Amino acid sequence: MHPFRTLTTTAVPLPIEDVDTDQIIPARFLKATTREGFGENLFRDWRYDKLNHPKDFVLNNPVYAGDILMAGANFGCGSSREHAAWAIQDFGFRAVVSSYFADIFRGNALNNGLLPVTITPEALDEAFRTIEQNPAARFTVNLLEQTFTNEDTGTVTGFPIDEYKKTCLINGYDDIDFLLSQAQQIEAFEAGRVDHSI
Amino acid sequence: MPTLFDKVWDAHVVTEVPGGNQVLYIDRHLIHEVTSPQAFNGLRQRGIRLARPDRIVATADHNVPTKEQHKPIAEPLSRKQVEMLTTNCAEFGVELYGLGHPYQGIVHVIGPELGITRPGITMVCGDSHTSTHGAFGAIAFGIGTSQVEQVMATQCVLMSKPKKMRINVEGELQPGVTAKDLILYVIAQLGTGGGTGHFVEYAGSAVCALSMEGRMTVCNMSIEMGARGGLIAPDQTTFDYIEGREFAPRGADWEAAVAHWRTLPTDVDAVFDTEYTYRAEDIPPMITYGTNPGMGMGVTDLIPMASDLHGEASMHKAMNYMDLHIGQQMEGMPIDYVFIGSCTNSRIEDLRLAGALVQGKQIAPGITGIVVPGSQQVAKQAIAEGLDKVFETAGFEFRGAGCSACLGMNEDKVPAGRYCVSTSNRNFEGRQGPGARTILASPLTAAAAAIAGRIVDVRNEYAVLA
Ligand code: SF4
Repeated sequence: MHPFRTLTTTAVPLPIEDVDTDQIIPARFLKATTREGFGENLFRDWRYDKLNHPKDFVLNNPVYAGDILMAGANFGCGSSREHAAWAIQDFGFRAVVSSYFADIFRGNALNNGLLPVTITPEALDEAFRTIEQNPAARFTVNLLEQTFTNEDTGTVTGFPIDEYKKTCLINGYDDIDFLLSQAQQIEAFEAGRVDHSI
Repeated sequence: MPTLFDKVWDAHVVTEVPGGNQVLYIDRHLIHEVTSPQAFNGLRQRGIRLARPDRIVATADHNVPTKEQHKPIAEPLSRKQVEMLTTNCAEFGVELYGLGHPYQGIVHVIGPELGITRPGITMVCGDSHTSTHGAFGAIAFGIGTSQVEQVMATQCVLMSKPKKMRINVEGELQPGVTAKDLILYVIAQLGTGGGTGHFVEYAGSAVCALSMEGRMTVCNMSIEMGARGGLIAPDQTTFDYIEGREFAPRGADWEAAVAHWRTLPTDVDAVFDTEYTYRAEDIPPMITYGTNPGMGMGVTDLIPMASDLHGEASMHKAMNYMDLHIGQQMEGMPIDYVFIGSCTNSRIEDLRLAGALVQGKQIAPGITGIVVPGSQQVAKQAIAEGLDKVFETAGFEFRGAGCSACLGMNEDKVPAGRYCVSTSNRNFEGRQGPGARTILASPLTAAAAAIAGRIVDVRNEYAVLA
């Protein structure tokens, strides 16, 4: 996992609520058995028509670019497919900003070093308006300070993230390293309980 | 005073991590071909083995064809993914109920029917509908592939404890109204994000009166309102369902297990972070009009305006995709496909219900109807009861077990632009195939739509039946 500290960039706006993981990466592209290459099919059916011609969609619009995907509320709902986080990252995004994320997607993103940034609906609305007026507007995500800055308007908003996850992201650590270090405690737990599960 | 969720969660906490996370022990891990290959690769790269292979069960469901299942899978990528599951399970020593095995089926159908799913356990799967298993009073939730790897390596996940919500449904459901309508109704009230950050306990007399199949349908769709999972207190209905199943405890183990399970229900004075109560009598047969499961309404209602739950942009996009409009009545609308299946509604009771409605009738000309049992065992039981013949005589295709047309990953797809009344759980754009238009409904409403060739209020049909 690549460490994440701070990022200043333009953003790609997707002001739609409830974007589900079936849109982010449709099921028919889940047949790969590695983690790489999913970016090509990110938002496949919103980007291309049946004949693979580009549609009128923000990712096809050269006016918008940047390392932040700015999306409407409840981003990443639906399936647990981690392929959605892989696809967004593989496409080149490093952070997704929304007013809230679906739980499984948020966890998957964090586990891959793709930062989900939860800001207030007001700050998100302002950011969408800023991009609409100026697609070259820049935004800063500062993980160390836990702030999101709209560089155009100067608005600074805090965002929550739990301390443990923050440390993982800053250092590029995986949960699995931590869990493997807990082997003794896990063994003790198994030995010390009455188990009706198996 | 603890809730059911607290009791099960707290009994599985191995350690606390500073900052609020907990190491949670996982009793049972289900895997399928789509979300496991990268996890097995991760283990290989680290040079580690499974922590507890005896706690994992695997099956192939998403990619499998539902016709001619004895033949090799035609589509090369699907075949490769299923073959890789076989190789991985052999290499790592995982029990696999693959294609051709009498226990094969949709992962959320086989866990309960084999007696693997039990009250009081923690259960995960790289699949969001793992919430289904909560019907037994288990904490069951979907995880991503990185977490699949974590559970394989350590039998644990690292999580902060979700908040608690209780949804009470009191009273008696109208005739013709099913568990599926109940949950579609709740999701329509709360929206697709209404349960975010929560685990939901379903309670109240209408929920207690449901069969295990109905409870599974309800818990299955918890994720569609954004909840991590759903659960229902175990009771005699639960115990009767589990007793005698393949891997259920027996003898003294059974007695001890049941005694433990009886201690699990939420204490009377327990407090939830959020609580809602609905009246069962208010719930009509439900259909969806849009492109997420929260866009649902009573079958006789008119498509509503944009609201706080569904903003202008989302409504506009949904109406465009569905080729419907705000204010439109959907009752009476012609449809093209009917799909009865998926982990929401492919159990024997679902097939019995739909079968009773179609018995002696014919599906309308031009309608394609497919019935896909959730597992080989459901298929076997349905055939033993003659349900396959009932469906086939009515003009349906009766297929082999799998996820089928629930998602456009295998051969079973709905063509672009066509309307499909489906008993599955997601009406997302392209879910049943690129451009397919999904209308979610109960098995009764779906069966009635197949017969009529259009969307109908099954309460009218049902009155005749009863
Ligand atoms: S039936 Fe549908 S929702 Fe259920 S596991 Fe299969 S693909 Fe997922």
